[in-house]
Amino acid sequence: MSSVTLRNVVKRFHKFTAVHETNLEIPEGAFVTLLGPSGCGKTTNLRMIAGLLDPTEGEILIGGRRVNDVPIHKRNLGIVFQNYALFPHKTVAENVAFGLRYRDVPKADVAARVQAALDLVQLPDVGERYPKALSGGQQQRIALARAIVIEPDVLLLDEPLSALDANLREDMRVELKRIQDKIGVTTVFVTHDQSEALAMSDRIVVMSAGRIEQTGSPEEVYNNPASEFVAQFLGASNMLEARCTGTDAGGATLEAEPFGQVAVPAEKAQRLGGPGAAQLVLRAEKLLVMPAAEMPEGMITAPARIETVDYQGQTVRYFLRLGERQLQAINMIDERPFEQGAEVRVGFRPKDASALPMETA
Amino acid sequence: MGWFFIRGYAILVYLFMFLPVAVVVLLSFNASQFGSFPMTGFSFRWFVELAQNDAILRAFRTSVVLGLLTAVISTTLGVLASLALVRYRVPGANVVSTLLIAPILVPEVVLAVALLLFLNVLGINKSFALLLFGHVIFTLPFVILVVQARLVSIRRDVEEAAMSLGASPMQTFFQITLPLMLPAVLAGGLFAFTISFDDITGTLFWKPGGVETVPTQIFAMLRNSISPEINALGTVMIVMTVGLPLLGAALARQLSRKGG
Repeated sequence: MSSVTLRNVVKRFHKFTAVHETNLEIPEGAFVTLLGPSGCGKTTNLRMIAGLLDPTEGEILIGGRRVNDVPIHKRNLGIVFQNYALFPHKTVAENVAFGLRYRDVPKADVAARVQAALDLVQLPDVGERYPKALSGGQQQRIALARAIVIEPDVLLLDEPLSALDANLREDMRVELKRIQDKIGVTTVFVTHDQSEALAMSDRIVVMSAGRIEQTGSPEEVYNNPASEFVAQFLGASNMLEARCTGTDAGGATLEAEPFGQVAVPAEKAQRLGGPGAAQLVLRAEKLLVMPAAEMPEGMITAPARIETVDYQGQTVRYFLRLGERQLQAINMIDERPFEQGAEVRVGFRPKDASALPMETA
Repeated sequence: MGWFFIRGYAILVYLFMFLPVAVVVLLSFNASQFGSFPMTGFSFRWFVELAQNDAILRAFRTSVVLGLLTAVISTTLGVLASLALVRYRVPGANVVSTLLIAPILVPEVVLAVALLLFLNVLGINKSFALLLFGHVIFTLPFVILVVQARLVSIRRDVEEAAMSLGASPMQTFFQITLPLMLPAVLAGGLFAFTISFDDITGTLFWKPGGVETVPTQIFAMLRNSISPEINALGTVMIVMTVGLPLLGAALARQLSRKGG
């Protein structure tokens, strides 16, 4: 088990910069997720930690040791790939035992360790089979067993769930987290799926266009996004143009049409420099759609008309028209959803709002 | 109606192509001492005479040794070239690739004369090594084409997984890459052997005096008379050049069924 540090790391491919100067500290034993859309540089970072790519500038440390010149096979890492990457010509047991033959493991212990790894991923009886006789989910479990049986210093997971179908993906997510908790290995997880990131991580590193946008716990990143990109990427957010009219210890006061004055709490307005152009961030799940008479106390509200209803069973997503603006709201369904064209009120609690400075594009 | 003619025409084409071969095989079992119809009885006597003909046995040995050496050298070079072209960024990879494949496109006579003239300029005499060299040049493209196609389909992340588990690049090659492309390597080697085994054009130009391969031996024998022995030799050649690739294909299928 080891910490991982990226110090001023830059990666260029010819003239294209895939990763801009990046500093990242992954503490020992943590489960850290690199989250972002494809092409944001998350996989490039992972491959540099793995030793599959050399950084153009900067240094990478594993357990405090500089590993820039250490080839991949001497880094003692476990990697799980998106497409499993099992050895098709070897049995499951041979796959799992593969890493042990390059470590001085006595022959007698190999079988026991392989079996322990297969037990851990809850596939104790498939050792004699070939990978292609297993389902996708089973193959990915074997790939995980193969990666952890060598007791790696760091476990690298490169979109390990995205080749699986939806139901299986959620099971594997829980399973993966359980195993990581049990062995406590430092884990770097790469994904473009925000729900995977929120569910599994100790810390999330949100990346966009080769840069880190925000680093924080899942709650921080979700509730207090550091940029418009983060707000939009993790779930649906409404961005409203606003003016900050004043800040004090209690928070910031924003003026945003059509809601009027909104008092944003201090911890959610800390990125605002002071009075001036700003953005009010309202999560779609925090916007409550109600008939005017039933709106609870203490909400900041505005009239709206329901333009589109996107029914999802347990929840419903409304596209609301407020004059020239369109807002999204995701609500639990109470009995039945509103119909298209209904006149309603939309409201939110000021403490659910957050504020960002206006981004100069 | 149109289909009827197309089908009939196709059958005629196949007859034209394969009837002479069938005649050779048939006549090799003819008891008569003239290698032509009518057949006077069924006999293995020409195969027995074949096995007692020193010149033919020598030619046969030469062909087998030449074919095996060609196969081994071509396959080794072909695997290495394919690895370089598919797995690594080689400057001018496209040019190199085209040059390696070129011997297929250039008429064999041209290639044969060119190599001969080239070595003449260098003052090197014809030798068995030169003959081998020539055979390697024009069997190499076949090996490269087969091996490259297989290598492209082997996922890079399987090799990366092996390295992440502690295997050095060399160990990864022997543990993972080579076993996965073995069917293609064997097929390439077989191609090289059969092509070398029944080549005549290049061989006629390159072979040193006194050395005969099976095809050049047949050619020489034909100049005197059409002996029934030639029919028997032809049958042996057919069995080898058709049977070996079939055997190889079956073997490759067996191997890849195990590995996937």
